[in-house]
Amino acid sequence: MNIDIIESMLFATIVAGTPLIIVALGQLIAEKSGVLNLGAEGMMAMGAIAGFAVTFHTGNPWLGVLAGMAAGALMSLLFAVVVLTLMGNQVATGLALSIFGVGLSAFVGKPYESEILETVATLRIPLLADIPIIGGPLFNQQPLVYLSWAIFGGIAWFLYKSRPGLLLRAVGESPSSAHSIGFHVIRMRYMATLFGGAMAGIGGSFLSVFYTPLWVEGMVAGRGWIAIALVVFATWRPFRVMVGAYLFGGVMVAQLFVQGSGLDINIPSQFLSSLPYLATIIVLVIISRDQNTVRLNAPVSLGQPFRPDA
Amino acid sequence: MLRLERRAESSQLMSYVSPLLAIILMLIGGLILFSALGKDPIEGFRIFFISPLSDIYGVSELFLKATPLMLVAVGLAVGFRANVWNIGAEGQYIMGGVAASAVALYFYESEGPHILFLMVVAGSIGGMMWATIPAFLKTRFNTNEILVSLMLVYVAQLMVSWLVHGPMMDPDGFNFPQSRMFEDSALLPMLIEGTRLNAAFLFALSALVVGYIFMYRSFFGFQMQVAGFAKNAARYAGFSAKRMVWIGLLTGGGMAGLAGMTEVAGPMGQITEHVSNNYGFAGIIVAFVARLNPIGIFFASLLMALLYLGGEQAQQYMNLPSSISNVFQGMLLMFLLGSDVFINYRLKWKKG
Repeated sequence: MNIDIIESMLFATIVAGTPLIIVALGQLIAEKSGVLNLGAEGMMAMGAIAGFAVTFHTGNPWLGVLAGMAAGALMSLLFAVVVLTLMGNQVATGLALSIFGVGLSAFVGKPYESEILETVATLRIPLLADIPIIGGPLFNQQPLVYLSWAIFGGIAWFLYKSRPGLLLRAVGESPSSAHSIGFHVIRMRYMATLFGGAMAGIGGSFLSVFYTPLWVEGMVAGRGWIAIALVVFATWRPFRVMVGAYLFGGVMVAQLFVQGSGLDINIPSQFLSSLPYLATIIVLVIISRDQNTVRLNAPVSLGQPFRPDA
Repeated sequence: MLRLERRAESSQLMSYVSPLLAIILMLIGGLILFSALGKDPIEGFRIFFISPLSDIYGVSELFLKATPLMLVAVGLAVGFRANVWNIGAEGQYIMGGVAASAVALYFYESEGPHILFLMVVAGSIGGMMWATIPAFLKTRFNTNEILVSLMLVYVAQLMVSWLVHGPMMDPDGFNFPQSRMFEDSALLPMLIEGTRLNAAFLFALSALVVGYIFMYRSFFGFQMQVAGFAKNAARYAGFSAKRMVWIGLLTGGGMAGLAGMTEVAGPMGQITEHVSNNYGFAGIIVAFVARLNPIGIFFASLLMALLYLGGEQAQQYMNLPSSISNVFQGMLLMFLLGSDVFINYRLKWKKG
């Protein structure tokens, strides 16, 4: 294997991991506040089509990302109203949101199915991009890759170094105590859920505007669910989310490289394509084997409804 | 300002009214959607909800579509009652269809009632095997069954894609990714001449009856109900949580697999990549809308089947993508989960 292949595999791994980072970090914030939104798949799908459509009509990928963000946030608002205000079951509501979002995206996306967007150029960071092997993959990348790092930094700081972040965690650990000392549990959960939705929307728009760049029904292909699994795998810690996302990016990319390499190995492509899903199952097993790790790290009120007057 | 106020006790009435409210809200949502697309909402409504039922054939198609939904939903309801969240019925359905197809193709060009019988057995076992994976991982490693069963949906889809491109491909099929058409001995007998409604509908009805007896009249069904309401109470009473996970997942998987069998041995008559049509996910919605009750499942399946047929009609006559069915299904469940708040709460006008 020569240097060029290693370099392009690294590059592709980082690109493939980026939407997972963005979506999973958004879900991490929502889950830290105690809200489990299984609708990530649907929110990503809506983000993807909104981003694609707006980019297609305006020619501006950044407006597309904004549209994707808005679409994701809007979807999560729907979810938030049902589970936070109306106290619906979070598991079922998230699932409904996924079915609804995937269906609606296919529906509104029909006219865009044969369109292709212009590829967005990478953003080269001078000097750093000249480092051999890792320079290109890390510093001559899609702009959203840098954004995902910024989001990571921001979230790590917010959760562990800022006062609102502390409050958010308090709300997730013990909503009734947070409420009794005067904090607005529901309002915080609304904000965290909307943030999660907005991130899922950005992640979706990354797929359709930067990654492929086209729109196909079902193109999210389980990434929303993988992102949710990543949060568990990362035991609710931002840095591990990032590591995990690149790990998955690597698995997704490896199968593409094997398929495209022309190597004469007799493995059906469908088996290679199922690797990311199998990998998800395996890491979930590894992480949940030790029950204490999950129990110690999971936000205590995750998935539980809260009603101030109850 | 309007506020929610907790009721002194849960309203029995509202638990029946809220599904109706959800249906009405879904219809309103549909009208808005049609208008937003520049289609005449009244015409859309007629095509979507009325025209599929305008003749006997249409009604028979409704029962045909409802059949796999009933099977999937009643199986899932058993697990959901005990908070065993099998979200992967779609994959179990596919694997049931695959296993049944394997039997049909193995006995290609032979006769006898044993073929259908073996297909039923293989279909259920195929679905169960697929559900064994999340059940084992849940009971052995405490791995989240939602994510595992869901990931296996994607794996099952890829597996059926491989099979119909490879080992199960019709040798005389010009390389189309589909199997041979099954012979008559591998097809379910028709119930009504001139329609596609087949014996699977009777399976579904009996499954609902058996499901009802299991859930409401058996000690084990009672245990699962208790576990769903109060986990700790169930533990103190000595009900085995692991056994509930196994029963919940295997029942769901077996019924979903059987549903897959009825599809390949029924309206499809072969296996293709599109064996599932989202029935596994729609079955989840049916189970919830029906409040996990077999009688409710009967009606909710018919409603959901109508959404499928309406989607097909809208595709044909209004040139809308068939995914509109999923949009309606998702809306229905969202609205239902939202309306359920009125079972325990009521709206009250408060100043300030």
